[in-house]
Amino acid sequence: MKLFVKYLIVIMMSISIHLFAQTDTNMALISAGTYVPLYGNADKSPVSVSEFYIDKYPVTNEQFLLFVKSNSDFTKSSVKRLFAEKNYLYYWENDFDFGNYDKNAAVTNVSWFAANRYCECQGKRLPTMDEWEYVGMANENTSDARTKEEFNKYILSWYEQPKTYLNPVGSTFKNYWGVYDMHGLIWEWTADFNSIFLSGESRKDKDTDRLLFCGSGSVNASDLMDYAAFMRYAFRGSIKANYTTRNLGFRCAKDKENKTTTTNLK
Amino acid sequence: MKRFIILLSIFCLIYQSNAQNKSDNQKISDLSIYNLPSKWTTQNSQDIEMKDLKGNVLVMVMIYTSCKAACPRLVADMRSIDEKIPADIKKNVKLVLVSIDPETDTPKRLKEFSIENKMEGEQWLFLRSSEKNTREFAAVLAVNYKKITPLDFSHSNIISVFNSNGELVHQQEGLNVDNEATIKSITEEAGKVNNQLK
Repeated sequence: MKLFVKYLIVIMMSISIHLFAQTDTNMALISAGTYVPLYGNADKSPVSVSEFYIDKYPVTNEQFLLFVKSNSDFTKSSVKRLFAEKNYLYYWENDFDFGNYDKNAAVTNVSWFAANRYCECQGKRLPTMDEWEYVGMANENTSDARTKEEFNKYILSWYEQPKTYLNPVGSTFKNYWGVYDMHGLIWEWTADFNSIFLSGESRKDKDTDRLLFCGSGSVNASDLMDYAAFMRYAFRGSIKANYTTRNLGFRCAKDKENKTTTTNLK
Repeated sequence: MKRFIILLSIFCLIYQSNAQNKSDNQKISDLSIYNLPSKWTTQNSQDIEMKDLKGNVLVMVMIYTSCKAACPRLVADMRSIDEKIPADIKKNVKLVLVSIDPETDTPKRLKEFSIENKMEGEQWLFLRSSEKNTREFAAVLAVNYKKITPLDFSHSNIISVFNSNGELVHQQEGLNVDNEATIKSITEEAGKVNNQLK
């Protein structure tokens, strides 16, 4: 019994050591800060974000394959429809083969539930929308490039490019925080994607209506910036948790303090 | 690094086999909310999982008790549904109010709310869980919500009906809408439970 306990302690220690090692290499530390999100915040008050870690790259086909190998309830053939609709991993050949696609390309056609479980199994979580947007407003050398015309043009030109989801992760720019592919590769799930109101539920989304229907006005830098972000928020507002699409993947995040996160693991 | 991945896989495997054993015991369909592993606490401080409600038709809505705008009307809509459920099937129906503000809505607060609103009958169930589980449950119901001030949330006004197997069969969207279709769906599903019992 005593030996067993000792053994367990050794295992736990090696896990935590490896957890930290993992954090250092594959995740970037994001400093705390405040910013005013462009949408999803009716009174335009600043949102504060605490220090946290985020994956430098989106989760890849190869990584997701490892996950489904040990999580048979999330394989292509046995996932429950409550957790993923029928197009889940539809481009994969079968449960354990993603065919000729790049192993280092981001995994897509994954539902929110699958993304959630994946992160949980890594001892992580999905980033919140505020966290994601906070990291996503950085360009190569500033933490908030939202007013820069070049930055917005880059994002918008990506929206027009087809099939960027086929490219390997890391093929877009490395941002201020050392994070890749926030724009230019895929769209990403966030933990609270379902906090968006763009469909008339919220009393204060009139502005977005104007944006939706008034496309012919003059376009200046701030309109471009609005539009780029609006697309992301509108997309999040239009999806459900078991939906999957070919351009939608995810990456994980983690709190700075290794506080014991309450997971569903029983 | 490799060892870490192997260890994690083992943990995931253990978790996996646990989950497998559980679902083998009772056949739950793919679309059933009884697949959700989350734990909830009732207004009577009882801990339950969704699958403990198996066999009941569930009418569910997400609210928060400190809400002044839409929730009182949603609660009124729920009460109106309750009043229209035929007596012979009432025992097969649970009306469930799930809190989107678990921080404020403690079991005690939920209990007080049930008393204030005269929702003390056996058919009324109030539930709260962690923020994470609540977010997941809202995702299942396709209910969107967001904290807009420390006191207020904006949220979709959706009342959902689940059959006795936990599958979503009907949703009523909006406030103060005609609930005829909702009642019809409840009556149908609860009638099936009656037939099964015969």
